[in-house]
Amino acid sequence: MNARLYARRRLINAFNLTAAVLTTAFGLFWLGWLLWTLLANGLPWLTTTVFTESTPPPGATGGLANAIVGSLMMVGAGVLIGTPIGVLAGTYLAEFGQESRLAAVIRFVNDILLSVPSIIIGVFIYEVVVVSSGHFSGWAGALALSLIVVPIVVRTTENMLRLVPVSLREAAAALGAPMWKVVLAVVYRSARVGVLTGILLAIARISGETAPLLFTALNNQFWSTSMDKPLANLPVVIFQFAMSPYEDWQRLAWAGALLITVSVLTLNIVARLLSRSRQ
Amino acid sequence: MIVQSLQRPQGIRPPQTAAAVEAKPTEARAAAGTQAATIKLSVRNLNFYYGSFQALHDINLDIPAQRVTAFIGPSGCGKSTLLRTFNRIYELYPRQRAEGELLLDGRNVLDRRQDLNLLRARVGMVFQKPTPFPMSIYDNIAFGVRLYERLSRYEMDERVEWALRKAALWDEVKDKLKQNGTMLSGGQQQRLCIARAVAVKPTVLLLDEPASALDPISTAKIEELISELKKDYTIVIVTHNMQQAARVSDYTAFMYMGRLVEMNDTDTLFTTPANKQTEDYITGRYG
Repeated sequence: MNARLYARRRLINAFNLTAAVLTTAFGLFWLGWLLWTLLANGLPWLTTTVFTESTPPPGATGGLANAIVGSLMMVGAGVLIGTPIGVLAGTYLAEFGQESRLAAVIRFVNDILLSVPSIIIGVFIYEVVVVSSGHFSGWAGALALSLIVVPIVVRTTENMLRLVPVSLREAAAALGAPMWKVVLAVVYRSARVGVLTGILLAIARISGETAPLLFTALNNQFWSTSMDKPLANLPVVIFQFAMSPYEDWQRLAWAGALLITVSVLTLNIVARLLSRSRQ
Repeated sequence: MIVQSLQRPQGIRPPQTAAAVEAKPTEARAAAGTQAATIKLSVRNLNFYYGSFQALHDINLDIPAQRVTAFIGPSGCGKSTLLRTFNRIYELYPRQRAEGELLLDGRNVLDRRQDLNLLRARVGMVFQKPTPFPMSIYDNIAFGVRLYERLSRYEMDERVEWALRKAALWDEVKDKLKQNGTMLSGGQQQRLCIARAVAVKPTVLLLDEPASALDPISTAKIEELISELKKDYTIVIVTHNMQQAARVSDYTAFMYMGRLVEMNDTDTLFTTPANKQTEDYITGRYG
């Protein structure tokens, strides 16, 4: 054994390990600071009225109930619209299109869609839906969000389906199962946790989107559950209240920011736990 | 069933004349052993391509019914490729194609008009790596059956038990049929796959190195099973293990570089191979 070579390797190992730990600590430091700031500024104002009352005029008491419900409605509708499209398209890419030209084009377009700034999606829906219908609406917001959901779900679905061993597909096909049955009964079953994780991550992603809603759902000071009218939602309320000069509005903005962060964090943790339980 | 030798005299040679034919590898023919053995599968002038690469060259052979036929040869010789044409599983991949004829009970199944899924229901396959579906042991078996038959709950229970007994797995799993098939050991998983293939009631069973991922005890069990199953099924097994071929098969075909070099009844092939290449391989000089 070459002692010098070994010492050198150990030194390099120690150096790399230190660098890795330090960079991890660097990343976690900012995340910790961010969470701490949110907790310190948001937690004191996160009272029950936040959940029971609608957004107030400056100087009055109120909460975020209308914004919470509006956000839930639009995120829900966006996921319901975007998920089936995304899962089906991802299935096409992984199972049927594979290396074909069409699949390559779809993959390319999907990658572009994935990296389009969300404000562009907002402007697009504004032009196509808001302008042509003549008013802002919850549906327009949900559509904009679904456009963000689709590429994420397409990508994760394809990746997860590709992780399913080819031998499993061959085994099902060798029993005489037609392709659609192979996919439905065997491949989906193997990949369902992964696909579900992708959907959860997509929900987490759109929960905090502000720009696409600013142009589509706008906001609503009052309690409303109509998807045909402008709909209150947390990100836009946070945006408006945080920018306002009124201190009580700013407090509500902090509370809302904490609320979104905690739910996104929870979604991410659930997704992580799910993908771990797959083994 | 018609004795194919009447229909296609060129398909069968008595064992003693087979050796003379083997001098030219491309003309190698199955020596169908006892004259009584019916031919289940006949391969005629089969060529196979992966894209532009030709993997099989003009293969001609006959597979006798209710016997075990083994394909041996070094890695990449085309033995698995040949097996995979028998149920056209290669068609999952758009760049793979076969030319020639493959007669199953006298009908060419490479014909475009042949329904793929019906063919696969008649020609079952077990793969190298155990491939239990991510569902219960019961559903693993029932999956294939449900594709073609509408059985009552009771009939399905019976079929599942029958298939598991055939695969000598029943006693080990009868109390945990609801358990996930992936929880079984490797050897049990492979027997589950055999049960799954048998449950559809195919007439031919293709085994692609079925024991190569298993420990010696599980391997012995699978080999025992093969001998048991040949009473009812025509079995074709690909193996890189020559001892295994010698143990379980009635006929053995030796392949090399995409060609069939020699096929004969197993005893003859291993004791007095007609071809120099075969002899070199079985005596361990290459492969």
